[in-house]
Amino acid sequence: MTAEPELTAGRDLTAGRDLTAGRDLTAGRDLTGTPPLLQISNLTVRFGPVRAVDGVSLDVAAGPFGLGLVGESGSGKSTIGRAILRLVRTSGGSIKFAGEDIGSLRGAALKAYRRHAQIVFQDPDNSLDPRMLIGATIAEVLRAHHVVPRTAITERVAALLAEAGLDPAFAQRYPHQLSGGQRQRVAIARALGVQPRLLVLDEPTSALDVRTQAHILKLVARLRSEHKLSYLLITHNFGVVSELCEQTAVLYLGKIAEIGDTKVLLRAAAHPYTVALRSAVPEVDIAGRRSRIVLPGDPPDAANPPSGCVFHPRCPLAVDRCRTEVPVLRDAGPGHQVACHRAEDVLAGAEMPTRRRPPAIERPEAAASSELS
Amino acid sequence: MTGLARLAISDLEVSFGSRQVVSIADLRLDNAEILGLAGESGSGKSMTTLAVLGLAHTVGATVSGSITLDGQELTGLPQESLRDFRGRRIAAIFQSPSTAFNPVYRVGSIVTKALRLHGATKSEASDRAAEAMRQVLLSPDLMRRYPSQLSGGQLQRVAIALAVALRAEILLADEPTSALDVTVQAEVLDLLRDLRASIGMSILFISHDLAVVAELCDRVAVMREGLILEQGPASQVLSAPAHPYTAELLESVPKLASTT
Amino acid sequence: MIEAPTITPPDAAMPRGKALRRGLAANPLLTVGGALVLLIVFVAIVAPLIVPFPGDAGTATHPFEVLKAPSAAHWFGTDNVGRDLFSRVLFGARVSPVIAMIVLVIACLVGVPLGVAAGFLGGWVDELIMRVTDVFLAFPPLLLALALAAVLPASLTSVTIAIAAVWWPWYVRLIRGQAASVTGRPYVEACRALGLSRMRIIFRHILPNSITPVLVQVSLDVGGVILTASALSFLGLGAQDPVPDWGLMVSSGQSYFTPDWWMVTFPGLAILLTAFAFNLLGDGLRDLLDPKRSLLP
Repeated sequence: MTAEPELTAGRDLTAGRDLTAGRDLTAGRDLTGTPPLLQISNLTVRFGPVRAVDGVSLDVAAGPFGLGLVGESGSGKSTIGRAILRLVRTSGGSIKFAGEDIGSLRGAALKAYRRHAQIVFQDPDNSLDPRMLIGATIAEVLRAHHVVPRTAITERVAALLAEAGLDPAFAQRYPHQLSGGQRQRVAIARALGVQPRLLVLDEPTSALDVRTQAHILKLVARLRSEHKLSYLLITHNFGVVSELCEQTAVLYLGKIAEIGDTKVLLRAAAHPYTVALRSAVPEVDIAGRRSRIVLPGDPPDAANPPSGCVFHPRCPLAVDRCRTEVPVLRDAGPGHQVACHRAEDVLAGAEMPTRRRPPAIERPEAAASSELS
Repeated sequence: MTGLARLAISDLEVSFGSRQVVSIADLRLDNAEILGLAGESGSGKSMTTLAVLGLAHTVGATVSGSITLDGQELTGLPQESLRDFRGRRIAAIFQSPSTAFNPVYRVGSIVTKALRLHGATKSEASDRAAEAMRQVLLSPDLMRRYPSQLSGGQLQRVAIALAVALRAEILLADEPTSALDVTVQAEVLDLLRDLRASIGMSILFISHDLAVVAELCDRVAVMREGLILEQGPASQVLSAPAHPYTAELLESVPKLASTT
Repeated sequence: MIEAPTITPPDAAMPRGKALRRGLAANPLLTVGGALVLLIVFVAIVAPLIVPFPGDAGTATHPFEVLKAPSAAHWFGTDNVGRDLFSRVLFGARVSPVIAMIVLVIACLVGVPLGVAAGFLGGWVDELIMRVTDVFLAFPPLLLALALAAVLPASLTSVTIAIAAVWWPWYVRLIRGQAASVTGRPYVEACRALGLSRMRIIFRHILPNSITPVLVQVSLDVGGVILTASALSFLGLGAQDPVPDWGLMVSSGQSYFTPDWWMVTFPGLAILLTAFAFNLLGDGLRDLLDPKRSLLP
């Protein structure tokens, strides 16, 4: 990859910042034998005519494990997170948790499932009932699932808040008295109340300041090791998954563009979109500042997807075949799959223009739809 | 820093009653320069923007000190005079493009209306609006759309087109890309760089994300609780920060670990 | 890495009395409105004990005291059959506001559950409820109430039923919008994700967050109901003489207005004061219930 070498020049990226302290996260674990905790097979979710999620298959291993789901607006990543929590109706495919199909769960069984898998939403400002005290919000969950006897609830609430890095006195506050970062911690504390094995984090830091973002991510890392948690980290920023997720899937318009070991994707991606996404992440690295790959246009309208490869209108490497034939996921290395006709060229280091070819003025297409992911 | 600064702020104090939220001793934006103002929420950066635009009173704040635009003092000017400046000499774009536009008007009419308010004739306005749209790489056909029919990135570019159409040479950009997808963000940053190169636009770029500031800005000022902790060339401040807060901000940016 | 709260809390150890006074001091609307409403309730309760001519609230007539202007003996003057208006107006506090309260309670008991169901469940339930509501809303309220009251024997009870039957649809529509909006909020979705039951979500989250407009509307409607009742009474369908219904007093006093203004004015002022008091109370309650504005912990 001609664009990559400067990144690593002279920098020991594992020094002090790598949360796994240089350990290979997958070392010593035989992942082939253990069944995955969560198995998503060929998932499709339709909202009217729009296919928000189109035939996605993913596995999340038992904890500690992190799967990153990277994509932009309209990629379907948030919809997948919601489908895992049974918050949207699926139109095809299946989701299995610990071997059991969750689509068929009803009543008490569904409620029981909600003890195993939980979600933290993107918007900390609105994920807590503004009329309820923080303590009451968390206690409600504990009560509903009979997690601890009534007499122990207050204590458990305090313990959960402390785990999320908040003083127990926060239990007597209302959400509007807390900052965004504190509210997000409360949301995490609430999700942890049921002691889930799987946590879906939907853009947990997008609405936060950069220092708060770092704190929240550190919190996730700590919870991961303390609870052997598995999580699905949904984000549009590659930087966030690089330290917390062993594997990452890149989504574009409801389909997986590429999936594999996070480090491999960052270093030697096989899909042009992954390369562009990676290149779009702003970095402080001044000395080796390299040019961005700038993709023309905006993500397309999901109600009117392009023919063939959905990425082709914006792809710097598109050829005729891309317009007509939908690429399927195929192997690009051990544990690495990609859906691109020109993956070999990408891996071989094909040049991608770093500036727009003579400025392409954006034409109006069908009206842009609202966010779907 | 040669020549007259486009925007010079000195001894600026913005307060809510007795509570001071901004206290800037010295900040200048030079010609065709992109100056980054980095700070988190509560640092006072947005109040600084409002003060420069002469709009601090609308949220109940009082302003003292000096803000000059090309040498001309802005503080103390009556609102009628400031209206001349706003949009035309100094433009602003904000974080949430979807709420920055009145949803009942087509985006094109918002631009042409602004042009006409600043003295253009009907045909001039429509020509300049179309030209500005092209400069931000949007087809003029998109002017007929309503804000709800455009994406966040497109709307942000229309906001920039508004500045370009009015021939504003100074742009205040308050977290313009924080709400955008990362590739769209890259595009908008690219566009801002182009505008600086092509029409010499001077930009005050405000953000909490030091990485974005690093990508775009020539000089950086780091703000916290109303004070500027340090300022200087971006390459210097961001590689060898003098203040521990700056170091902390730098440390918080997610790093892309990409070695084995 | 434990973060202590950075905001100073309201003093949790403050004695209840002091906290209450603090809250009321910060909420003048509630204080004044509440005081006035309490005054009206008090008057309603003690009327028989304090009025100079309790019999005048009933069937007593004094042919020699007809249409006397306000004086020391009769503070509000007398009406067309010589009854002391002051006594009647005070007794009226036992009638008109009570009708209004009953009507509004019924309207809420019917309208709120329907509205919440429609807003929260959506789909065909929403469609069904709203279309039925639309049908009721299509009728001019007064005509519908008239029609109903005409079928029922003329009495206060009939008036109450007739007005309640006409009033509930507004509350359905009012709360449905709020409920639908709250249902779409992330914290409700979070409740679903957390496995909370629908009932729990409705009672602990949807209802408290959507009830405020209804409370405000109720306070505004008190005056409206009293006036509607008076219109029906005037037409002979509701309260009948000698019941000291303020609306009826205003209606029957109309023809004597010039020059004997007091028959209309004092009951009218009573209606005004009552409507105003409930209005203030409603505003105060709204502020009290909004955690962002209230000082009560």
